[in-house]
Amino acid sequence: MAKVGLFIPCYVDQFYPEVGLATCRILRRLGAQVEFPREQTCCGQPMYNSGCADDARPLAERFLRVFSGFDHVVAPSGSCVSMVRLHFRDLLGDRPDLRELAGRTYELCEYLVDVAGVRRVDGEFKGRVGLHRSCHGLRELRLGRSSERMDPPLDKAGRLLSQMRGLELVPLERPDECCGFGGTFAVNEEAVSCLMGKDRIADHERAGAEVIAGYDMSCLMHLDGLLRRERKAIRVMHVAQILDQARLAP
Amino acid sequence: MNTFHPERAAAFAGNVAHAHWHDTALWFVRVKRDRAAASVPEWEKLRDTAAGIKAHTLSRLADYLEEFEANARKNGIQVHWARDAAEHNRIVGEILERHGVKLVAKSKSMLTEECGLNPYLEARGIEIVDTDLGERIVQLAGEPPSHIVMPAIHRKKEEIGELFHEKLGTPSGLSDPKVLTEAARQHLRRKFLGAQAGLSGVNFAIAETGGIVVVTNEGNADMGTSLPPLHVASMGVEKVIPRLGDLGIFLRLLARSATGQPLSTYTTHFHGPIRGGELHVVVVDNGRSDILGRETFRRSLSCIRCGACLNTCPVYRRSGGYSYSYLIPGPIGSVLGPQRDASAHASLPFASSLCGSCSDVCPVKIDLHHELLALRGDIAGRGILPWSKRASMRVGSFVLRHPALYRAAGRMARWALRAFPAAARLGPGAAWSRQRELPPPPRRSFRDLFEEQEREGRP
Repeated sequence: MAKVGLFIPCYVDQFYPEVGLATCRILRRLGAQVEFPREQTCCGQPMYNSGCADDARPLAERFLRVFSGFDHVVAPSGSCVSMVRLHFRDLLGDRPDLRELAGRTYELCEYLVDVAGVRRVDGEFKGRVGLHRSCHGLRELRLGRSSERMDPPLDKAGRLLSQMRGLELVPLERPDECCGFGGTFAVNEEAVSCLMGKDRIADHERAGAEVIAGYDMSCLMHLDGLLRRERKAIRVMHVAQILDQARLAP
Repeated sequence: MNTFHPERAAAFAGNVAHAHWHDTALWFVRVKRDRAAASVPEWEKLRDTAAGIKAHTLSRLADYLEEFEANARKNGIQVHWARDAAEHNRIVGEILERHGVKLVAKSKSMLTEECGLNPYLEARGIEIVDTDLGERIVQLAGEPPSHIVMPAIHRKKEEIGELFHEKLGTPSGLSDPKVLTEAARQHLRRKFLGAQAGLSGVNFAIAETGGIVVVTNEGNADMGTSLPPLHVASMGVEKVIPRLGDLGIFLRLLARSATGQPLSTYTTHFHGPIRGGELHVVVVDNGRSDILGRETFRRSLSCIRCGACLNTCPVYRRSGGYSYSYLIPGPIGSVLGPQRDASAHASLPFASSLCGSCSDVCPVKIDLHHELLALRGDIAGRGILPWSKRASMRVGSFVLRHPALYRAAGRMARWALRAFPAAARLGPGAAWSRQRELPPPPRRSFRDLFEEQEREGRP
């Protein structure tokens, strides 16, 4: 039985515990031995993306220590996983233990499709869903093909979601434009960040989405903040919260 | 604290209707680019090949430049070397003065913008006319270009009608693009016929043949350099490519990436002066060798100035070209600007959500968003990050290194947000809360709930 270290990003831990619990349930139902290492806090991305590598480095070191000894590390976040997989080496150098950690750390959808080999999703979710393809999962982890690239089609999250009975994935005019969250960008460049978010929401609205689903709660937190301020009926949901209502099988 | 970009971006985005108009105009070009790229089955292979050729060329740039120089001289081209902008302007000025030139027709060149050639020549009594339509519009308006391929993209046709009425004497109230273009054409035709020299940029310089290639859609470079006997072309050192055979790869990528055209309307090869005339090529460094010496940023010299990263950038589309402190706006400018002057352009690497669309659209695969990320570290390393940001990151890092402290701080923050919801709009939460709500703070964190379930033996 694979030993999976559950990596719950700090803001999910603090603000979206139900996303962490859904992720945990999904992994356990697939037969994984899931553990949550208590010593974990944050991958250090906020510091690193602000240019403060010296403040991020000890957090990367901690992460490496805390998550040693697992067959796989899985997180319900494309962005935090991309930090571990692609940017820890900028902080710690090209080390064998890091290469090994980077090679076994996965975003949830990626883990389900590539490691657990999930092909069938047996469950029901009634509603029109717009999939927000968050940038780091898309363009750093390649969870799907970005609209700029001319590679063969690929959409790991969409393929999982579209199998839910009653779930209609709505087509967006701009399938993968950034929502404008961008970490500290959301406050440094508040005006552009919010306009980007409102434009994204408008695209989902035009497509008739009732739910905006995504694999990164940080983008959804930004979109949800805008939605609630404007008292709109659209809800946001993490992909894990939808897949939690299904039986996943190879 | 450098707030150049966020302040100007907020002003631009604040006029939502105008920002949406700008966004839509550029997104239209991005969609055209997508269609054009999709029509080439080997698109990604072309990008890989182009990136490889550029990386190779940059690894032995001096050799290829010397090869280009030797072959260009054999073609009767006079080659000049300029260390910086001042030297470039002096060389061009001297050539023009030697020939007694009073009026020059210039086709589009971001390098001459970078060097400030127009004001330099004007101060010496030489009239310089930008002949690219968009360039001419911004020149008449006394503005710098707001986009590297579509310099006047920020101007609506009605505004251009008023500008032409004021500057060219056309009737007031014109807004039909065909009529306006015809008016510009008649105006420029007189300038073309009167010019004693033509200036141009260089899209590609071919080491193997010693020729230069200039790409335009309007034919203005051809007209401007064919009528007078004197042609002066300015090129950055990074414009050289090894072989004529490499050119096709770049041409196929360039026009598709820039405007979604299969090929630009005019692709002109210059392999020597016109009969009885002179062709000068000024090869300019102006800081490029410094970039070449920095391994992390070297690839930014591969840029072929297609502008695709501007068109795709969700920030550029909503903040406009003038929100960038460097003359080249958008992602590529935000990489190049801070390398010239980190302090003056310190806000630019942060003017990005790091979405990575620029890197995926770039025809020569410059890792733009990762270079922006690296530049943030560069700026912090120089100690020019705002004190408040520096301090908050240091405190954050300290808290996150101590799980018990993190847990207590999280619990306290969530409690405070529940007890005093209005506090969310104060202090650090103000910028978040101006247009957005904070997420409703749950009573218990994930780790609280997980531990509880473990205690109770529930999976």
